[in-house]
Amino acid sequence: MKRGGGALVGWMFVAPALIVIGVFFLLPVLAALGLSFTDFNIYALASLKNLRFVGIDNYIAVLRMGLFWKALGNTLYFVVVGVPLSIGAALGAALLVHSRLARWKSFFRVALFTPVVTNLIAVAVIWKYLFQERYGFVNYALSWFGIHPIDWLGNPHMSMPTIILFALWKNFGYSMIIVLAGLQAIPDELYEAARLDGASAWRQVRYITLPMLGPTLMTVGLLTMVGYFQLFAEPYVMTQGGPLQSTLSVLYLLYEQGFNWWNLGFASAIAFVLFVFTMIATWALMRFGRRKGWV
Amino acid sequence: MKPSRTAFWTINGLLGLLAAITLFPLAWMLSVSLMPDGAASTFPPPLWPTHPTLANYHALFVRADLGRYLLNSLIVSGGITLGSLCCNVLAGYGFAKLRFGGRDRTFGLLLAALVIPSQVAMMPLFLLARELHIVNSYAGVIMPSLASIFGIYLVRQYARAIPDEMLEAARIDGASELGIFLRVVLPLLKPIILTLTILTFLTAWNDFMWPLIVLTGNNHYTLPIALASLAREHNQDVEMLMAGSMVTVVPVLVLFLLLQRYYIQGLLLGSVKR
Repeated sequence: MKRGGGALVGWMFVAPALIVIGVFFLLPVLAALGLSFTDFNIYALASLKNLRFVGIDNYIAVLRMGLFWKALGNTLYFVVVGVPLSIGAALGAALLVHSRLARWKSFFRVALFTPVVTNLIAVAVIWKYLFQERYGFVNYALSWFGIHPIDWLGNPHMSMPTIILFALWKNFGYSMIIVLAGLQAIPDELYEAARLDGASAWRQVRYITLPMLGPTLMTVGLLTMVGYFQLFAEPYVMTQGGPLQSTLSVLYLLYEQGFNWWNLGFASAIAFVLFVFTMIATWALMRFGRRKGWV
Repeated sequence: MKPSRTAFWTINGLLGLLAAITLFPLAWMLSVSLMPDGAASTFPPPLWPTHPTLANYHALFVRADLGRYLLNSLIVSGGITLGSLCCNVLAGYGFAKLRFGGRDRTFGLLLAALVIPSQVAMMPLFLLARELHIVNSYAGVIMPSLASIFGIYLVRQYARAIPDEMLEAARIDGASELGIFLRVVLPLLKPIILTLTILTFLTAWNDFMWPLIVLTGNNHYTLPIALASLAREHNQDVEMLMAGSMVTVVPVLVLFLLLQRYYIQGLLLGSVKR
């Protein structure tokens, strides 16, 4: 008797999933590569006779487009400032919840995690009004400290920081849960030994907790970074890319090019360029982690 | 060693402050959703509805057709959850426990494909949906999500712990592979199925970019798409938008609170290797 059934049975179990993933993901990915070498636009949408092969022209056009670099700059701003802030907040919150002195741990854990499961669009709408210049609660609260009203989402210098703050609020709970699990995996004996040696709480964190957490922080850093490169819904709802394109992200540019102007070939090229930049950043972070012995 | 009182109050005070900041926007949403039209746009901004009313909810369901969008969201998320549960559990078990040529290479290929962001596929996916005549339909949103590599991975990890002897014994008793799957394997996979159910439902409920692209007319809009379009049109109507946000947030929040143990387990399993 054959172990695990015949080969045919095995393939039949995995076939439905493979067909879906093949038809609706892997095939489109390959097609996107092909599409990025054509001038597929609204005329080709009407009739494929208008489709031409253009080689790497789309990629050259993307790299020559001022707006693309603006969008890439905005996206990098979001990633470079947003990721460390999110991971830092997650680490801080996890240390607090994990502390021996903390009360109502399960309540705090759930409360701090709640924003993660809320709907991004709904909470983006909430923030838009909380940060509204005239009637927003945030400016009112700041006025108690004598701070004049700030035009959070209407000032091109403030719009991206406001969106970063929003993403921080929305996402830090996700990393916090993973870091908490990492904290629980550190053996108590290490801390006991350190206490016997008279190490202060701060030195315990510095010399035991942080080094032991390295791999965990690396994981959440990578997950957060890859997610942050895909910034789209936040500016779509809160600022529509403005003011003065200060919150236009690469994915937003792709959406506009692809589905407002129907430049599907050009948009596919943008998708691959963004993919390449994401991979480069991932590689750089992994290299950093490897040097520290975290990967 | 007795911890100092200062340390105790600092840590719990900070936690309290952090929780207050985290929950404030959600409490504010609830409060404003109960205010009459225009009440929130006054100075100083009120925190509490002096005359609580359900008028915004009434207006949304009667005039803005929110009931339809709620139903759309339930149909789409329910369909994706049911369908992808079938595909992912079958495949996860298959990759973990059944032997067939090319199994490990196929699975490795799927794992490698995890690094490709979904938006790379979106342009051809839209053209494919057009060919299949599923643009602006439930099927257009549901079909691409009927299986997920991550879901298969999750089930496979869990199913690997099932002892081979157990399956062998059932085979010797003459059970068919499908029979073994239904009667022996499924009961054992119950915890991971619950985890996958809540993860999938929440992801489907909150999904934005693909529904935004494929739903070209408002009759099939899901709640997030409808809310985004309301927010772009009715910029001034804060109270109504907060009621709409409530309807979009609360169902999945309740689901999460009920099944949080399973949700968090899935999140942790997913972060181990991705």
